[in-house]
Amino acid sequence: MKNIFRNPLALSGSIIITIIFFLALFAPIIAPYDPNFIDIESILVSPSSSHLMGTDGLGRDVFSRMLFGARISLLVGFVAVGIATGIGIVLGSIAGFYRGWVDSVIMRLVDIMLSIPSFFLILAVIAFLTPSIWNIMIVIGLTSWMGVTRLVRAEFFSLRQREFVLAAQTMGASDINIILKHLLPNSLTPIIVSSVLGIASAVLVESGLSFLGLGVQAPTASWGNILTDGKEYIQFAWWLSLFPGLAILLTVLGYNLLGEGLRDLMDPKNNN
Amino acid sequence: MLIGISLISFFIMQLAPGDFTSTEASFNPKASEESRQKLRELYNLDKPIHIQYGLWLKRIVKLDFGNSFKSHQRPVLWEEEDKNGNVTKGLIQESLPITLLINLLGIFIIFSISIVLGTLAAINQNTIVDRSITLFVFIGFAIPGFWLALLLMYWTGVANQWLPISGLHSPGYLSLDTFSQTLDMLKHLILPVFISCLSGLAGISLYVRNGMLEVLHQDFITTARSKGLVEKKVVFIHALKNAVLPLITIIGLSIPGLIGGSVIAESIFAIPGMGKLFYDSVLSRDFPVIMGILTIGAVLTLIGNLLADLGYAWADPRVRKGIIR
Repeated sequence: MKNIFRNPLALSGSIIITIIFFLALFAPIIAPYDPNFIDIESILVSPSSSHLMGTDGLGRDVFSRMLFGARISLLVGFVAVGIATGIGIVLGSIAGFYRGWVDSVIMRLVDIMLSIPSFFLILAVIAFLTPSIWNIMIVIGLTSWMGVTRLVRAEFFSLRQREFVLAAQTMGASDINIILKHLLPNSLTPIIVSSVLGIASAVLVESGLSFLGLGVQAPTASWGNILTDGKEYIQFAWWLSLFPGLAILLTVLGYNLLGEGLRDLMDPKNNN
Repeated sequence: MLIGISLISFFIMQLAPGDFTSTEASFNPKASEESRQKLRELYNLDKPIHIQYGLWLKRIVKLDFGNSFKSHQRPVLWEEEDKNGNVTKGLIQESLPITLLINLLGIFIIFSISIVLGTLAAINQNTIVDRSITLFVFIGFAIPGFWLALLLMYWTGVANQWLPISGLHSPGYLSLDTFSQTLDMLKHLILPVFISCLSGLAGISLYVRNGMLEVLHQDFITTARSKGLVEKKVVFIHALKNAVLPLITIIGLSIPGLIGGSVIAESIFAIPGMGKLFYDSVLSRDFPVIMGILTIGAVLTLIGNLLADLGYAWADPRVRKGIIR
């Protein structure tokens, strides 16, 4: 872990993510105003010392809304990727360990899911399930497990014939035991890397959905819907459009840097 | 494969709370329970799910995706002639070419620019050129397309009026000659195409860079260098071919992403393509159109993958001559 300081990608990524994480965690303390407090006395005030990022069309403080929006983005990222990784590990383990027809069936399912444009799928399901933050997380999770499944399966394929696995099998270890104690821990690195990168794309998808009005619903603040509100005022209130986009950009950038950095760090080729 | 896709797209529709008749009825308070029942019978919504699926599948095999619930019952896929000889164009028939045009232009641009960027970065590894290209790649990955679209739209269309901000044609388009028509459409397409290929551009540049670096460390490159070839020849003739080959597969794999991404680009720029059609249909719960587009989208992906495989086989002499599979 101390290697992280030697890798500029991983270091800058983790700094960005840590800062955003703390801002989100302490949002209620840091936020100068109630994010949903409507102040008709100060509509569309430009950024100043009293309103760091100005106010929106309803006089709500944009800085406070951004802080609470960070919570949504982080939460969606973690939960959606958690679901996807969970499904991916289970299906990938089964396919990679048992092979044969089980493997064929699971891989067919992966192929089918991969050939439907996933944004279409997400949009269709969201629209029918009435958009809410929980539905978004579940749907993003359910449509993005294919990569992890393939990854775990491939790792298992290459680990399966190694001596330590064969030894464990000869000593009579159960299938579950071999999977959990021997195969999974040895495939952890690529799983972690792909999860971190997965969070980045989940954040992008969530903000895209919210921007289309099919994501997190008003009055709950999310970066996507602050931007949607802001686009009406883009001619005379640039701050409403600028800050949410920058926040999304930074967050996604942070996760991507962290993911790529971790990949470099954990690649045995680079450790000598 | 196709059956699996059709099953998934069909059962997603069943997730919907309430059915189409309830949205229709909520607009019209006079609609009675009885007339709703009639509507349901008309669209077979009263039958059990598996029978509905069977009926739907039977029609799909004949490429009949039915008629839209909304949009004056226009056919979903292809034009139809009614008794009076009036031809109504299909919704997908009308919107698909636009989306295809945008995406094909996008793929072409991605291909040509990313190969240049990736190669530049690889042969200048760890220099300022490499660093700035990598920075561009990371930002291209992370930038939310809809946000950039909004800013560009404002900057080029509202603040400076260089480019039109929405739609596909200017008013008075039909009275222009062919050349000005093409020019007009291209002007409208610049921003949407740019937005829809940005993240692909970033990803594939990175891919080319890494592939190129890998190839440059292989033995045959050392051989080429040691027999005294100029570096230019080594890079552009020997290495590039091998580094670019896998791109064909990658492009094939990125098709669903491109098609899916067209929803956002087309909704923002109000382009009447398949992505916008899908978004509008989702908002109005127009089942036949949604199912039609999901299926067509998947079919397009399969065609893309097939083309990619064929292209790969054609481009790689080892596959072509049957040495490896």
